[in-house]
Amino acid sequence: MGESILQLQQIRKSFDNTEVLKGIDLEAAQGEFITLLGASGCGKTTTLRIIAGLELPDSGQVILEGRDITDWEPNRRDVNTVFQNYALFPHMNVADNVGYGLKIRKVPKAEIERKVEQALRLVQLEEYGKRMPDQLSGGQKQRIAIARAVINEPKVLLLDEPLGALDLKLRRQMQLELKRLQKQLGITFIYITHDQEEAINMSDRIGVMHEGVLEQLGTPNEVYYQPRTSYVADFVGNANILHKNGETLAIRSENIRMDGESVCTLDAVVVEKSFAGGQLRILFRLADGQLLTASRYGIDNDIQPGETVKIGWDAKDAVKVIDNDKDENQR
Amino acid sequence: MTKTKTKGNSRRRSGNIGLLIPMYVFTILFVALPILYLFLLSFLQRAQVWGVDFTFTLDNYKRILEPLYLDTFWQSLKLAFTATFFVALIGYPYGYFMARMSAVWKRRMLLLIMIPFWTSALIRLYGWIIVFRSNGVLDKILMGLHLTDQPLKLLYTYPAVVVGMVYSLLPFMILAVYSSAEKLDMSLVEASRDLGASSWTAFWTVSFRLTLPGLLSGVVLSFIPSMGLFFIADILGGNKIVLVGSVIQEQITKGRNQPFAAALSAVLMVLTSVMIRLYRKITGTSQLEGML
Amino acid sequence: MKKKKWPFVYVAVITVLTYIPILLTVVYSFNTSKLTSVWEGFSLKWYRELFRDRDLGEALMNSLILAVLSCTFAVLIGTSGALGMSRRKRKTDEVVAYVSTLPIMIPEIILGMVFLSVFSLMGLPFGMVTLVIAHTTFCVPYIFTMVRARLVGMDHSLEEAALDLGATKWQVFCDVILPQILPAILSGVLLAFAMSFDDVVISIFVTGPKVNTLPVKIYTKLKTGVTPEINALATVMLIVILLCLMGAYLLGRKVKAPAGEK
Repeated sequence: MGESILQLQQIRKSFDNTEVLKGIDLEAAQGEFITLLGASGCGKTTTLRIIAGLELPDSGQVILEGRDITDWEPNRRDVNTVFQNYALFPHMNVADNVGYGLKIRKVPKAEIERKVEQALRLVQLEEYGKRMPDQLSGGQKQRIAIARAVINEPKVLLLDEPLGALDLKLRRQMQLELKRLQKQLGITFIYITHDQEEAINMSDRIGVMHEGVLEQLGTPNEVYYQPRTSYVADFVGNANILHKNGETLAIRSENIRMDGESVCTLDAVVVEKSFAGGQLRILFRLADGQLLTASRYGIDNDIQPGETVKIGWDAKDAVKVIDNDKDENQR
Repeated sequence: MTKTKTKGNSRRRSGNIGLLIPMYVFTILFVALPILYLFLLSFLQRAQVWGVDFTFTLDNYKRILEPLYLDTFWQSLKLAFTATFFVALIGYPYGYFMARMSAVWKRRMLLLIMIPFWTSALIRLYGWIIVFRSNGVLDKILMGLHLTDQPLKLLYTYPAVVVGMVYSLLPFMILAVYSSAEKLDMSLVEASRDLGASSWTAFWTVSFRLTLPGLLSGVVLSFIPSMGLFFIADILGGNKIVLVGSVIQEQITKGRNQPFAAALSAVLMVLTSVMIRLYRKITGTSQLEGML
Repeated sequence: MKKKKWPFVYVAVITVLTYIPILLTVVYSFNTSKLTSVWEGFSLKWYRELFRDRDLGEALMNSLILAVLSCTFAVLIGTSGALGMSRRKRKTDEVVAYVSTLPIMIPEIILGMVFLSVFSLMGLPFGMVTLVIAHTTFCVPYIFTMVRARLVGMDHSLEEAALDLGATKWQVFCDVILPQILPAILSGVLLAFAMSFDDVVISIFVTGPKVNTLPVKIYTKLKTGVTPEINALATVMLIVILLCLMGAYLLGRKVKAPAGEK
């Protein structure tokens, strides 16, 4: 990765006496695709708005290209945003929307025209310049919103759940397109989503946020295979969280073994069997009452609810994590 | 299946027609026909002693072209423009800011605006008499501050009438602007700032453009009544300021010249409908924002 | 972006300014002196005079009767009209709907002029009847428009469900339609009542020599000279309106509260 372009240092923010950001540190490199992943209300949108300048932090610094821009007005920042609801100006046509940022900067008309055309070609909507926003589909609005932001050649592009309103098929397609676009432009993307699959598919690094804290920042592999906390393990990998001998372990369901190998030492009662998404999922109850899910591809008919079987896991698959519920201070 | 459905529909439709009779009859009898009669009346002659003589004439309209009445129209228009200008100047920011307040405060502010609106318009004007009267409250304050050394005698002057009009029409403007500003999506303003606009540019290119229908609606809603609010000119302006409305009233009560009053009204009405047409053309909507 | 303070200051200042004349009338209603330019001490004599004034009492009654009658007719005409027009698309309906709103679109003085000329053509004696007709014309649009807007947003499957469950048309109206349009009727009536109760311009044209409405009475008093009992009247009206609004506000909050604020 290239050199560092954006840094957040100890960003704190409260609304109505509720602390929504509890000291966020983040560093993004030139051309990097960073995703902030978390459930709604975790503070990811507020983080984004602070970078954009739409919100002022109570404390902490925002540094862009080595300059402290914490107090700068949004219009002075070399940062652009793709808003969740697209926020296309309803009284302007597509070309005027896309050219808005350039027009504000008093770029000559001919150049605006040329760049708008170029930006529309980039998002494959060359023919749509004269349309009004309300004549576009959701996916088209999305692309226009992106074109309107990237035309200004920002140092960092912020995307607030840009695919949230689209249906699944279109989302997949747009994910690929966004990734292609980012590679092509070489701009740093800070991308927000609550969909872990989306995060894993697109990102160079993922920052998992939970209750105003950045729980872990790492590559998709790190976040998936080496979760730092039980929340990350659960949210990203859908892992089982087990408490054993005073330790908290995260074990993903596909790693639960029940094949009679030597590691299978625990007695577990089958509570429920279900088949979903090409996977067989079996819910077990351990002797100490803890619940645990195992998953397998294909249909396995051997086990019936009520039976007791021996289960276990390889030591390498059990990751020791910090328990979010207990170790508040350790994080 | 389809047959019974059609039958049910037709039965319901016949029921609807019964419901419509009062509306149709009332509207035709007491709105449409009277307005048509007004136009007819404007082409008739006044009878020698009392009432109307049914002979066609254009004299009433010719009379409007006399300098005296043309000047009255001009004065009325000027006053209406002045009042509407100040109403917009004061009311637009008010309605706009109000729409930016929290839900609780919005409700409180609406209530605060409605309270004067519900007290009698005349009584509110009376308050201004107390303010403007020679040696009244305003004079006392100004003299107390040594800004003037003698009473200004503001009552029965043009400014007093303008203040009265602005005061009476302000709620219409505020509500019209408010209802359109409330629909303004703030993320559009944020998007504009994000794309490089200063807060001022963002306001002009986005907020103002999108709340313009509210402002125009407020302009129409203040301009139209201001042409006819003769009682404000009467109470705060004495007999010095003569409006079309005052002339119409005078022609009826004193001059007993209904046809001429009708002609004046007809001209006023045409002016009004031109304004509403214009509003519709500019905004592309049929409903006046914040009218109800 | 920083939240700015001055918009709130501006709104506060203008609001205070709009209340100054009202507050002045209240203050001077307790003035001993007949002149509004001097304060000679506290007294309730203008209230005594107000309540002794038979003419004003009668005018108040007339205004109330007029507003109630006009609103009643307007509710009947406007609501039935809106119901009848729902779910059909006829050009004539649109024309009638448009014409019916003219009374609140054109300057009041023209409406007054229109009625004066028509009633004198018809030979109707000027008085309560002419007042009610004239006031009903400008009350109808408020109720008609509100109810019509409400009906557009209404879920028609509820009616069909009720019919399907065996309700008669009248039962459907009472149980399903009326509860849904009632808020619209009420807010229409609220506006229409205020407009009728406060109207000077139209009333001046169509009232007869024997019937005075309150605003007409006040108007003539204001034109003739200084009358401090108007201050007292203003104060009384203000208090009544404040009480009504408070009641409505508290009631509204009670109803809305479970749904949560914001």
